[in-house]
Amino acid sequence: MESTQQTESKIIELKPFTDEMIVNMGPQHPSTHGVLRLELKLDGEIVREAIPHIGYLHRCFEKHSENLSYPQIIPFTDRMDYVAAMNQNWGFCLAVEKLLAADETKDFEVPERAEYLRVLICELNRIASHLLSFGTYGMDIGAFTPFLYAFRDRERLLLLFEKVCGARLTYNYIRIGGVSEIIPLEPGSIAEQHYLDEIADFLDYFEPKIDEFNDLLTSNSIFSERTMGVAVMPAEMAISYGATGPNLRGSGVDWDLRRDEPYSIYDRFEFDVPVAKDIPDLGAVVGDCWSRYKIRMDEMKESVKIVRQILAKGLPDGPVMADLKAVRPPKGEIYFRSEAPRGELGFYIVSDGTPKPVRVKGRSPCFSALSALQELSRGLMVADIIAIIGSIDIVMGEVDR
Amino acid sequence: MSDFFAKGFIENINLQESSNWARDFFQDAVLPRLPEAVAGHLPMEIGTILVMLVCAGIFVAVVPLLPLVLVLAERKVAARFQNRTGPMRVGPWGTLQTLADGIKLIFKEDYIPPQGDKILFMLAPYVIFACSFAVFAAIPFGQSILVSDFNIGIFYIMAISSVIVMGVIMAGWSSNSKWSLLGSLRSAAQIVSYEIPLGLSILTIVMLVGSLNMKEIVESQEGGIFTWLIFRSPFTFLAFFIFFISAIAEVNRTPFDLPEAESEIVAGFHTEYSGMRFALFFIAEYANMFAVSAIAVTLFLGGYEGILPGYDFLGGLPGFVIKTLGLVFMMMWLRWTLPRLRVDQLMNLCWKYFIPISFFNIFGTGIWGLIFQTDDVWSIGISCAIIYVGLISAYAIAGRNIVRKPESQPSTV
Repeated sequence: MESTQQTESKIIELKPFTDEMIVNMGPQHPSTHGVLRLELKLDGEIVREAIPHIGYLHRCFEKHSENLSYPQIIPFTDRMDYVAAMNQNWGFCLAVEKLLAADETKDFEVPERAEYLRVLICELNRIASHLLSFGTYGMDIGAFTPFLYAFRDRERLLLLFEKVCGARLTYNYIRIGGVSEIIPLEPGSIAEQHYLDEIADFLDYFEPKIDEFNDLLTSNSIFSERTMGVAVMPAEMAISYGATGPNLRGSGVDWDLRRDEPYSIYDRFEFDVPVAKDIPDLGAVVGDCWSRYKIRMDEMKESVKIVRQILAKGLPDGPVMADLKAVRPPKGEIYFRSEAPRGELGFYIVSDGTPKPVRVKGRSPCFSALSALQELSRGLMVADIIAIIGSIDIVMGEVDR
Repeated sequence: MSDFFAKGFIENINLQESSNWARDFFQDAVLPRLPEAVAGHLPMEIGTILVMLVCAGIFVAVVPLLPLVLVLAERKVAARFQNRTGPMRVGPWGTLQTLADGIKLIFKEDYIPPQGDKILFMLAPYVIFACSFAVFAAIPFGQSILVSDFNIGIFYIMAISSVIVMGVIMAGWSSNSKWSLLGSLRSAAQIVSYEIPLGLSILTIVMLVGSLNMKEIVESQEGGIFTWLIFRSPFTFLAFFIFFISAIAEVNRTPFDLPEAESEIVAGFHTEYSGMRFALFFIAEYANMFAVSAIAVTLFLGGYEGILPGYDFLGGLPGFVIKTLGLVFMMMWLRWTLPRLRVDQLMNLCWKYFIPISFFNIFGTGIWGLIFQTDDVWSIGISCAIIYVGLISAYAIAGRNIVRKPESQPSTV
């Protein structure tokens, strides 16, 4: 497979070959975003081959799931993509709910209020996830300050999450049939109003900050030189590797499950799906590291838009939990996918009618994206490898599960 | 030879012109205050040497304190840039933090990689440390605050500071670690490359002043801000920026910190170092930072000469330190704002832009020197006018680029 992603300016003359040096980047390395090990075959600074080795964070999610009841599995999904755990909870719950709905003997529906709370919290979670991605990407490229700016704002989001579920990272907030009632936000209460005001305050504060981040990093000429035109993933390649989410849209494919296969109540909101375009003025090519990164910056704005719409409508009254006696889906199997911050998160569940699933399989967006690394990195430099890993935004907890 | 022994050892030591101040100081200030019994038996040369030793002692004691202050300053500056407070626990406002860190590093295990080259590994920090401190010997901090008044001062500085790269390669090679090796080779390529524009920028100054002596270079800038060499001709103005950027690359700081790029090659050439050996690298880095800033001030920004003519409070030392710390702050500002370049971009910048511009500078300086034989109001006036026009047009060009920054991509829905 000869790599086709190199643009003219990136080809480096390599006539005098030197000895190949094999370097293990990771599993303990500052910028492999966890415990990823890359086997680099180096010719000086140039990477002949980068082979990712995964599995250092494998925690047997799928095997564990076979021995747990459905509600007990939700905390395990928290530990998959621990940066966007709300979305992971939701992905799993959506699949189970779909399976439950197949049982015609029971009348089952997720309450309206719960749906609104889910979208609200998950979009905020998406912002938190993209903020972390932005910050660490800046740090990968060598700018330390954006990282702390991102974490400063993410901190406010984590406090908001803490208020509804008591946890900062592993939430276990979204449950099968609704959301957790541990810390209730009574409909129409002062607590609810206060909470929504706090979110509105955050959005007012945060929206201008995105432009500030763009000024600080996105339009920085060193940053754009490091990322524009580097590791171009064309649309066909992105699709063939199964890249999803911002990585796919960064390659110019206009595909977002929230819009194209709307689940929950996403069809009620107005939002745009940012898709990468060539910007010849700047040198950005569709599918390069910069485009993937920029999609995330733009998606934060769209999430802000969605949350603003929810705040404008207000949360509907009613319960936050469906009237479920026990989670006992009928016999059958289901695959359901949702749009997590890192791409399509799918859960395949086989049920035999007992409270425990027979088989649970998670489809991890990061795993698919990471598999493209080997082809993307061929012929680039060591510093570019870091730029790629950051731009495909992997979380090793989700890759290894 | 017999003459040598006849005269005795002391008389044979040729005290240079530059040490006259020490002799004068001894004669005027020390000798009258000594008791009669001692003063009568103290030869002038021994007294002079004693005065010089005491001064050198003060110098050697004070200069290593600079990194201690600078490390804290860097952390505080970075903290302010990042909405933090920085170290606050040790001492008032955390002012003793670096001291505490230093003590911690002294007590840490001094680990030497068993597979590495032990002797080189132990030697490398000292090479770097010694070289970066030897540079201070030729920097005139004030009118008479100068360790050694070489006639080839700036040449000596260039020579000494290029030995640092030897230490870096030694450290990288002897660690027997691939990250260290990558870091040290990056460093070697970078420092060797950037020494060329650095040297060529210095050459423009040397051409204008006609001397390599640091003190003479400073003295030629006497008479207020507009006689500073940076404003003397448009080419020195350009040379200053090339010098400063190359100097940042020389001392391995962001955006040129590839040899120790944390996110790429862990810690570069000092990955394997721990304890006090690591501290030596660290101290040397900050000493270097101060040294290159001090050299830039000496060459371009009037050294210890003040902004107003005729100002010589404490021999100009406070002004010198303020100007130098200003440049150091610039370096910190850049470090906490900018990302890092890639190796090929770094080399492109040096070989494709800086070196041709530097040659152009030298050519231009020669022409300038031919046209304006002496520096008078006319030459400086014309120079400042050209610099002004150049800055305005550069701002206009850069401004157009700033306006062109990426718009939010519209969706295709």
